[in-house]
Amino acid sequence: MEYFLQQLINGVTLGAIYGLIALGYTMVYGIIGMINFAHGEVYMIGAFIAVTAFTALGVAGVTFVPLALAVVLLVAVTFTAAYGWTVERVAYRPLRGAPRLAPLISAIGMSIFLQNYVQLLQGARVKPLAPVIRGGFELLHANQFSVQLSYIQCFIILATVVLIAVFTLMIARTPLGRAQRACEQDRTMAALLGVDVDRTISLTFVIGAALAAVAGVMVTMYYGVVDFFIGFQAGLKAFTAAVLGGIGSLPGAMLGGLLIGLVEAFYSAYFSIEYKDVAAFSILVLVLVFRPSGLLGRPEVEKV
Amino acid sequence: MPSAVDRLAVRGAGQLAGRLRDAAAAAFVTLVLALPLVGLRTVDQGGALVLETRWDWVAIGVAAVFVGRLALGLFAHLRLRVPRVVPRVAQGVAMPWLAWAVAGFAVALPFLPFADRYVIDLGTTLLIYVMLGWGLNVVVGLAGLLDLGYVAFYAVGAYAYALLALNFSLSFWICLPLAGLLAALFGIALGFPVLRLRGDYLAIVTLGFGEMVRIILINWQSLTNGPNGLPSIPRPSFFGLPFERAPAEGTTSFHQFFGLDFAPEHRLIFLYLLILALALLTNVFVLRLRRLPLGRAWEALREDEIACRALGINPTNVKLSAFAIGAMLGGFAGAFFATRQGFISPESFTFIESATIVAIVVLGGMGSQIGVVLAAAFLVLLPEIGREFAQFRMLVFGLAMILIMIWRPQGLLGHREPTVRLGRAAAPRP
Amino acid sequence: MSAPPLLEVADLEMRFGGLIAVDQLSLTAAAREITAIIGPNGAGKTTLFNCLTGFYRPTGGRMVLHHPNGALALDRMDGYRIAARANVVRTFQNIRLFPGMTVLENLLVAQHNTLMRASSFSLAGLFGLARFRRAERAALERARDWLARVDLLDVADLAAGTLPYGAQRRLEIARAMCADPVLLCLDEPAAGLNARESSALGALLLEIRAEQAIGILLIEHDMSVVMGVSDHVIVLDHGRKIADGAPAAVRHDAAVIKAYLGEDDDAALPPAVAADLRAGQGGA
Repeated sequence: MEYFLQQLINGVTLGAIYGLIALGYTMVYGIIGMINFAHGEVYMIGAFIAVTAFTALGVAGVTFVPLALAVVLLVAVTFTAAYGWTVERVAYRPLRGAPRLAPLISAIGMSIFLQNYVQLLQGARVKPLAPVIRGGFELLHANQFSVQLSYIQCFIILATVVLIAVFTLMIARTPLGRAQRACEQDRTMAALLGVDVDRTISLTFVIGAALAAVAGVMVTMYYGVVDFFIGFQAGLKAFTAAVLGGIGSLPGAMLGGLLIGLVEAFYSAYFSIEYKDVAAFSILVLVLVFRPSGLLGRPEVEKV
Repeated sequence: MPSAVDRLAVRGAGQLAGRLRDAAAAAFVTLVLALPLVGLRTVDQGGALVLETRWDWVAIGVAAVFVGRLALGLFAHLRLRVPRVVPRVAQGVAMPWLAWAVAGFAVALPFLPFADRYVIDLGTTLLIYVMLGWGLNVVVGLAGLLDLGYVAFYAVGAYAYALLALNFSLSFWICLPLAGLLAALFGIALGFPVLRLRGDYLAIVTLGFGEMVRIILINWQSLTNGPNGLPSIPRPSFFGLPFERAPAEGTTSFHQFFGLDFAPEHRLIFLYLLILALALLTNVFVLRLRRLPLGRAWEALREDEIACRALGINPTNVKLSAFAIGAMLGGFAGAFFATRQGFISPESFTFIESATIVAIVVLGGMGSQIGVVLAAAFLVLLPEIGREFAQFRMLVFGLAMILIMIWRPQGLLGHREPTVRLGRAAAPRP
Repeated sequence: MSAPPLLEVADLEMRFGGLIAVDQLSLTAAAREITAIIGPNGAGKTTLFNCLTGFYRPTGGRMVLHHPNGALALDRMDGYRIAARANVVRTFQNIRLFPGMTVLENLLVAQHNTLMRASSFSLAGLFGLARFRRAERAALERARDWLARVDLLDVADLAAGTLPYGAQRRLEIARAMCADPVLLCLDEPAAGLNARESSALGALLLEIRAEQAIGILLIEHDMSVVMGVSDHVIVLDHGRKIADGAPAAVRHDAAVIKAYLGEDDDAALPPAVAADLRAGQGGA
């Protein structure tokens, strides 16, 4: 029971990170109907910028943790958002209206490019980072097993909840959110009604990248190691999460992320750690076969 | 008159100012992008990270983007004048000629004076990718199903060959069809549940499937020897004659039988010709299929699935056939890969391989057979040309994929040849 | 005792959540006849076609096709099987050709099932056996015949997507005919055609009726076409049948006039159609 509880906490933490990345996928898919293949790399870049920022703060002698955290988040979000914007501008915008596979290929190219770009500039070796926040709560202690909720896990879960709340309000209430929903429904019509479609799509990429950057900061602090390859695996799982939840659905992306995080935590705890990725994909296949629109997605009515 | 000239001059100045602003904006974006990743570098020193700075690189990069963007802006002005008719004519007329020339050159290659070990080896690698490209072309180019896990079938073929040859000592010519068959069965097993999914879902499920196969290969130690891979896979023989300096007791080797001096190139040339034959066979097979009702149904399905259903075509069966045939061809290529390398490990079957093969098909121009050859040549040779810059090869590879797509979104040869023409078919009836 | 009609629909119902698109609809259509289905937009005409051709599974009712090979319950067949086994073939309101393939290839794809059998599921085809070559020649002949009838022989080797609109409409009908229909369902074939093209379409439909032993269901807003070719007109409104009879009778039916022109009903009728209907009434 205690072990179960511990895995639950770990799974939720992992799920929050996947969910944040999945939001980026689902938003972009919603608006341009494309898998943003480079999104995983954008997240990886967020993690690298976080490492750099933490190191720089260490050099500058900033030791007050909340301040350091705020600065790192701000820096990572700003610069990563710039990368998100550029990805759209370079790999997607010139191909709007091109055959369906063309932007996907350019996005795969972008993903390969960014991976190697970071590897060349920052080195192929794993970057270790000293823990920023130590300690935690001991929730339970029984049968010589203690259930820990570390401060960092608290931070990840709380930050995610806050971000989701802000984000949901933004989509529902602001003109940008309205423009986004309009573009999702019908891009041509939105343009005719005066929505700046290019700008809306750009901003979608920027927001997605910002959320991925937050996930990058979290993962850096949580695991303490980062390398140039983390984007691929995490991207794949986050996309799985987005599809699982129902692509295009924002709550679905969070739910999907949570489920994937839980499956991964429990599967590695109770079965085998080697096959945890296989388990996640098997679930994806099962969901797609039995409920192709995902858990919270709207079923698509075929237009004849 | 002077007023018109004046106006032109003013407009020119305005355009120049606009270009400068545009270039400055690009330079600013570059600055923002470069600051954290180019300007700063974290270095691991005794377990702790320290910072290094490279502001000079940032300055160079920003300046380069400014100049480049400005030049591009001025060039774009001139580019409009270039007539766009030329490439289309070249495509239509030069295609059959080009195909025969390429095939002729490929057959002659190993006997040309400059063909050393390196060239033949590179040619063999290229042909493997051509064959994989032609196989995947059935799925992506003709049937329009985006398969991002094609490498899984390549892996199944390779491991099937290796395991059959190692455990049961079966010869290459028996293992080859078995490997293809097994890969096709995998294709059907995967395709059955997922082929009714929409395009992008299919892409992600196939990608996941590719990763799953790799993970299983890594972890199923008892069968696949895990990450260490399978060594000493038997090499193919020339219809029973091994390519060895000193053949085992009672067997004659290739050079003895033909009275030649032993040369290690014999095997290389044989392997090259073998994959060339397999690839050409694949090509003929796919070209023929394309002209059959099944091939036309693939293309029709790519164009409009709903219309296909309204005409009584079973979409699942048609897709499944494309998936299975593509998988089978991938399996053949995998079997060849295993026998050529003599050693396989899960390392050879990563997502980057799938991405490369998809890129070959799409860059070549979906469905174009000769386009696949050109794209494969480009993608395989590009990293070789830039050997000195080995560490930059994947960087350039990624960049090239983006630029080619922007330059020609329909692929290098985006021209579709009809499968049948009324002109020819309308010959007077007997 | 006469033979049963080709198509019998009884109490057909199609609901989408709370919306009832087709409501307790019963109708029949005979072979060698053109049965027009008219009604204001949203009356459920295309939904009826979608049920008949297996794109939707009806939520209630029966649809029986008296095929030459025996009666078939269309409501229990799904998707492609209705076209493949029951030979109910349709065209689409918004034209669905294979735009990148040539005109001729479009007509060969329509003969897929016949050719597939002849090619022994590609094996005979791969080896170019005589049996398959014969079947392919026959398929080409058939395609050629239909191309000549719809006046598209000259453009046979062009990509279907490059044809002008009217030619695409004709091609879609030719493609449907190549699929060997027993019941042909045409969804607004005259939409977007000019007056001359519409009258040519009418002539084509009459020719098909005269030569082939098939039934034609025709959804159409162009009243000049409907009144000119139909043997039988069924009027739908809000998913229900409000009139059924000979064109002349339907034209003067009070319920029909009310559905189309009535003030209390906000049926979205294009002005041109309304004008046509009035002209039809005055001129007859």
